[in-house]
Amino acid sequence: MLGKTANGLFWMYRALERAENTARLIETGQRIALTRMGASDEEWRSVLQTAGTLDGYIADHEKVTKDAAIDWLLRSRDNPSSVLCCVEQARMNARTVRTALTGEVWEAMNGTYMRVKEVLARKVSERDLPQVLGMIRQRTGLVRGATHGTMLRNDIYDFARIGTFLERADNTARIIDVKYYVLLPSVTAVGTSIDNVQWETILRSVSGQGGYRMEYGASSEPRDIAQFLILNRRMPRSLSFCAHKLRDNLGFLGSDYGERAPSFAKIDHIDRAYLSLDIDAVFDYGLHEFIQKMLLLLGDLGRQIEVDYRFYE
Amino acid sequence: MNDQVYFDEMLGTEGTVRRPYQPFNTWFEGEDPKHLRAKQREAEDLFRLTGITFNVYGRAEAEERLIPFDIIPRIISGREWQKLSRGIEQRVRAINAFLYDIYHGQEIVKAGRLPEQMITRNDAFLPEMIGTRPPGGVYTHIVGIDLVRTGPEEFYVLEDNARTPSGVSYMLENRETMLQMFPELFSRNRVQPVSTYPGDLYNSLAACAPEGLGRKPTVGLLTPGIFNSAYFEHSFLADEMGVELVEGHDLRVEDGRLCMRTTLGYKPIDVLYRRVDDDFLDPLTFNPDSTLGVPGIMDVYRAGNLTIANAPGTGIADDKAIYSYMPEIVEFYTGERPLLENVPTWRCSDKESLAYVLDNLKELVVKEVHGSGGYGMLIGPTATKKELAEFRKKLEARPGNYIAQPTLSLSTVPIFTKSGLAPRHVDLRPFVLVSPKGINITPGGLTRVALKKGSLVVNSSQGGGTKDTWVLED
Repeated sequence: MLGKTANGLFWMYRALERAENTARLIETGQRIALTRMGASDEEWRSVLQTAGTLDGYIADHEKVTKDAAIDWLLRSRDNPSSVLCCVEQARMNARTVRTALTGEVWEAMNGTYMRVKEVLARKVSERDLPQVLGMIRQRTGLVRGATHGTMLRNDIYDFARIGTFLERADNTARIIDVKYYVLLPSVTAVGTSIDNVQWETILRSVSGQGGYRMEYGASSEPRDIAQFLILNRRMPRSLSFCAHKLRDNLGFLGSDYGERAPSFAKIDHIDRAYLSLDIDAVFDYGLHEFIQKMLLLLGDLGRQIEVDYRFYE
Repeated sequence: MNDQVYFDEMLGTEGTVRRPYQPFNTWFEGEDPKHLRAKQREAEDLFRLTGITFNVYGRAEAEERLIPFDIIPRIISGREWQKLSRGIEQRVRAINAFLYDIYHGQEIVKAGRLPEQMITRNDAFLPEMIGTRPPGGVYTHIVGIDLVRTGPEEFYVLEDNARTPSGVSYMLENRETMLQMFPELFSRNRVQPVSTYPGDLYNSLAACAPEGLGRKPTVGLLTPGIFNSAYFEHSFLADEMGVELVEGHDLRVEDGRLCMRTTLGYKPIDVLYRRVDDDFLDPLTFNPDSTLGVPGIMDVYRAGNLTIANAPGTGIADDKAIYSYMPEIVEFYTGERPLLENVPTWRCSDKESLAYVLDNLKELVVKEVHGSGGYGMLIGPTATKKELAEFRKKLEARPGNYIAQPTLSLSTVPIFTKSGLAPRHVDLRPFVLVSPKGINITPGGLTRVALKKGSLVVNSSQGGGTKDTWVLED
């Protein structure tokens, strides 16, 4: 496979995952804004921060408002992480690597692009927002489903998965990074309504409310939520789950190609040294420091993969 | 434009349905136009979803457009096709022999059948190719011959495309679309398949690999990239052949071989189907500013370690001035009378011809010698006075830059319009593969159709569309 093709697959699926995550963040922000008294534009500031695009937004706007934030996240051309830009990027990469994709994956991707482009051509009204966000999630899910159902399990698939899970791990880490303080064991009484809102926000941002209840019961505990998002091996958006998938796919590449690349050693280290702990060890390390470290390691892993598989020169 | 009677391939000149179209006509008469209109829209949606688009140059946003597709097939009988394909084969054989000769002994010049300046003063002639024998002895691995028809038995070659003919993906996708939308039509008509083309192309390219490899050759397709107008076709063909789609920056020369950057390091390519023009192929040999090609690729080629398809320098054979010599060229190399007619052509470089052309401008089509895509041409009968005057000036300023031809009474084929069937002018580009194993012509080709009533310009960049082209088993 061409290095360029590996690169294109990696970024196609990364961009697709990012589009989906951004849609989910908007959904969460909107839900909190609608159901909680006193929820303010501060909430949108933290959504923007989680999406990694607060600086860009501030450079472009005087203040944070709900409407402007949603528009920025959904369809701004100045925001490379907006849903529209991500879907365009994913589709552009898909065109580049079209020979590596099955017809069904390509059509799902191209159909997603056509639909998203049409719907996001104009500002989305509040009334239409739920359907639009739902469509984005469904369409990106369609591409993933076609990928899962029709692609050979070879190096092509591995790079697609690596892009997906690196982006997802990064996203989950950023959600925790922005809200880490609400997960810290607090001296004041937990269970205040503010904390409840924050915890719900976190779980919703990873579509994890239902899964959390199954695993931990109906009452939210910050320690459990942290465990769920960082170390739970069954939760498909937890750091540990994503790291395992990355380790698997980098491992498959290693056996396919007959040698393990340095990136495999890196993910193996991340998994063993950081994600095989129990949650108390994470709190002892310092939740904030832990997440900062994870973000750093994931960034480093991404760069190593580029080098190992000759994405560029 | 005038009351001239054109030969209609469905209705002839008398208005009775010709034989190849009879089963189709029966089917069509039983169809509800509303249903067919819906099918026409369905076809467009299919093309868009599949991404069968071309990029339009010179627009702010790289826009992707559909080439309009018309659902009425163009139908050619097996007997007509046999006759055509014999003529095409003869012509392609002559073109390859001509190219070999031009870059070796130039016997045709020595024999006085072609003026020397036609070669030496021609930009498409590459001195770098003199004395180089391409692997397998093949120059034009892939050829598209543009044909027009003026009557039941009259076909003319309008143009030879010996560089990098495009459009074959439309031939294939048009058929796929028709199969999906009108399966019943294919049960009523025995249509020769075109779907063998990608496999034939691969085999034909592989058969031209450098000799003595001792392993299965690796084939790659070189594209200028995602913004090229034919990118869809490039990725489509690479995909169908199961070969890598490479760009210049994926390639480099290592140890005397052309290599591509894979996830496991640099691996050699033996056959390069390039969809990049000669000029951009090698910045060390040709255009130094080119980033689309590979520095040093021509050295690998001349050392015999790489097949480039089509060979560099084949453009000399599809030049419009050389075109006018094609009857002589065919006779010289095959020793036979040409089976396919050439359109009578006035070379404006010739004084007497120029005078004739200037006197009869209103009846003629004038083309640039090196032009393509229907740009920079004058269609006398439909031109305004102002256009005629402007072109007259151009002709007088640079006569050698132009050729002129009579306006042919191009045949028509019906298209599906809001008010039912309506005749429109068409041409046909069959695709030809050449290898040491022989010449392979896919039955059918790309039919381009001028969608505007009365128009003779079929180019997709100027309002042309395409049709599925059927060759029947008689």
